[in-house]
Amino acid sequence: MASKNIMIVGVGGQGSLLASKLLGRLLVDEGYDVKVSEVHGMSQRGGSVVTYVKFGDKVYSPVIEEGEADFIVSFEKLEAARYIRNLKKDGTVIVNTQQIDPMPVIIGSTAYPAGILDEITAKGVQVDAIDALSLASEAGSAKACNIVLMGRLAKYFDIPYEKWESAIEKIVKPAFIEINKKAFALGYNN
Amino acid sequence: MKELLIGNAALARGLYEAGCAVISSYPGTPSTEITEEFAKFSDAYCEWAPNEKVAMETAFGASLRGKRSVCCMKHVGLNVAADPLFTMSYTGVNAGMVICVADDPGMHSSQNEQDSRHYAVAAKVPMLEPADSQEALDFAKIAFELSEQFDTPVFIKMCTRVAHSQSIVEKGERIEVTREYVKNPQKYIMAPANAIKRHPLVEERTQKLTAYAETSPLNRIEEGNGSYDFGIITSSTSYQYVKEVFGDSVSVLKLGMVNPLPVQLIKDFAAKVGTVYVIEELDPIIETHCKINGVKVIGKEKFSLLGEFSQKTIAQAFDLPAKESVGTDTAVPVRPPMMCAGCPHRGMYYVLAKNKITVLGDIGCYTLGSMPPLNALDMTLCMGASVSGLHGYNKAGGTDTENKTVCVIGDSTFMHSGVTGLINIAYNQSNSTVIILDNSITGMTGHQQNPTTGYNIKGDPAGKVNLEALCYSIGINSVRVVDPYNLEECEKVLKEELAKNEPSVIISRRPCVLLKYVKPKKPLSVNPDKCRGCKRCMKFGCPAISFREGHAVVDNTLCIGCGVCAGLCPFDAFEKEGE
Repeated sequence: MASKNIMIVGVGGQGSLLASKLLGRLLVDEGYDVKVSEVHGMSQRGGSVVTYVKFGDKVYSPVIEEGEADFIVSFEKLEAARYIRNLKKDGTVIVNTQQIDPMPVIIGSTAYPAGILDEITAKGVQVDAIDALSLASEAGSAKACNIVLMGRLAKYFDIPYEKWESAIEKIVKPAFIEINKKAFALGYNN
Repeated sequence: MKELLIGNAALARGLYEAGCAVISSYPGTPSTEITEEFAKFSDAYCEWAPNEKVAMETAFGASLRGKRSVCCMKHVGLNVAADPLFTMSYTGVNAGMVICVADDPGMHSSQNEQDSRHYAVAAKVPMLEPADSQEALDFAKIAFELSEQFDTPVFIKMCTRVAHSQSIVEKGERIEVTREYVKNPQKYIMAPANAIKRHPLVEERTQKLTAYAETSPLNRIEEGNGSYDFGIITSSTSYQYVKEVFGDSVSVLKLGMVNPLPVQLIKDFAAKVGTVYVIEELDPIIETHCKINGVKVIGKEKFSLLGEFSQKTIAQAFDLPAKESVGTDTAVPVRPPMMCAGCPHRGMYYVLAKNKITVLGDIGCYTLGSMPPLNALDMTLCMGASVSGLHGYNKAGGTDTENKTVCVIGDSTFMHSGVTGLINIAYNQSNSTVIILDNSITGMTGHQQNPTTGYNIKGDPAGKVNLEALCYSIGINSVRVVDPYNLEECEKVLKEELAKNEPSVIISRRPCVLLKYVKPKKPLSVNPDKCRGCKRCMKFGCPAISFREGHAVVDNTLCIGCGVCAGLCPFDAFEKEGE
């Protein structure tokens, strides 16, 4: 099979590394060749962050370029717009409706673009918007947004639900497994 | 068992399996995880050194004693360690020694884009360059074998994409290697009389290594299926991009050893494929080698000297069609990195910006103080340069600058190479005020211990440098400690120290808010009845404070309750939840 490409985008500190770890673990267990490319260091400090997850029979390049992503999972509205060029023409955007102001907006040098998701939808992109922050809080921790969004992503895959749960068990510290399973279920079912 | 590992973790595993017994490094993105991952093994010694020169000399000492050793650093760290490097090329090693260096094309987290391969060429030291995690693991073992076989330190060069991309690896077992130490002054005392006899051996070694490169499995030809009438010479992550674009349709010479480079292998490849493209990130090292040896290649006239490549770069260069994509018409505001909510550096920067102080900066999280709205920095060059630069600035500026200029440097960077600059200030007496931003950790690279924290790489109690006592002992007589959450105190002490006609140090001390032992307090909120929308708090640049519908709002998922903003508000609009 040709490789499938998933981009996880968001704001540094939102937990994209754990989400990509979950996908990596799951996809290796499923027997795929997998590459995951992360950003470390300076960009993590509240900046825009991007993680590439690619899987298939054989994956060469670890990066996802313009027009190559089957899925963009965005932890924040604006970040979905920032990376929309990377989406394939028939790709899907899963987006947390949370708004986090970047510094140029905070200091008032520019405005947070209103209706950015509507604009993307109007261009024919399939947008699956979800209030992951509320669902994560419902699960017991606002920090579990990442796993709520993984739950939503799981709906688009043929991989059995139990396999996702077992991958969560393998990568999350025991004390947080229940919260994360709940967050995953809320993302999957809402 | 098959496991998904980042290149750095795979490299650490390979070094471990090869019997590395001592590893000494200084953290630096994208190299840090090699040493951090290695620290998880209990049966080998591992440490953070104060800087890369110390790390490399420590590794050299371990090799001399007969144990396989390693030092790791980012590309600019190799500048710091260049002194021992060039002469270790002459002494060679006893047990194998490997130097891991990670370049950062695209400057994800660096101040320049230098190409470390130049050092391998200049120091005449072999360099291996893996293209994925499995190669990183395998090359570590080969590097130690080459080191002992050819009596030389060996480089393993990573780049951001290989260092931080996870791919699948198979692990092996660890071996133990010990060599006897035998006194050998002609080999290990590099005074002129001995060194002059070692130099020809270095040149001979390069000849032998070139012969090795001709047939080594590190360099391999992948025959294409004949769809294209050209061939490609490439290495590292560029190889992956080439394969992504062309698959098996084009012949590729994939180089795993980038110094010394083979000659005959390249000539034979070129004779077979006709036109040859060289695809390498940053500088034309392979291209120049080909041209010197009379092989006509197309390189940097088609592929940039700047930044990272990708499959898109390569497809474009060969005029292949672009992939269809969708854009937005609305401009998307940039989201640069910034200091965290509650970051202790912010308070000191606010005071400096408010007083319009000229600030010479250094390398770390606190470099982010240069960003709006604080715009607090005037200069950032390299590790330690703030302190020595301030001395020169004040020697040139005299009374015009001394009372309105400071430098800022973090605790770890101060240990790395700031202390020598401070010794110069004390020795040559410039009227300079040095601010040490002591957040009790190496922050930017992800929380590494350092000589001021009192803990070692494994988190066990260790020696602890007392910054105040150090400053006094080198001859700084005015040393003050302030809490950067206390803006009034910071401003008062800053003014007092700048007014003094002697060298002085201000230690701005509060631990990084991301440290586990720093417990966040309840987030603040803005009382909309009290907030008058004056935006004074917005000048503080805290990411947890935004301005919506005429007044400030606090994001309670980001706020850690430091309360500094409350002191800035003239209308007492910031309130603690439940109060």
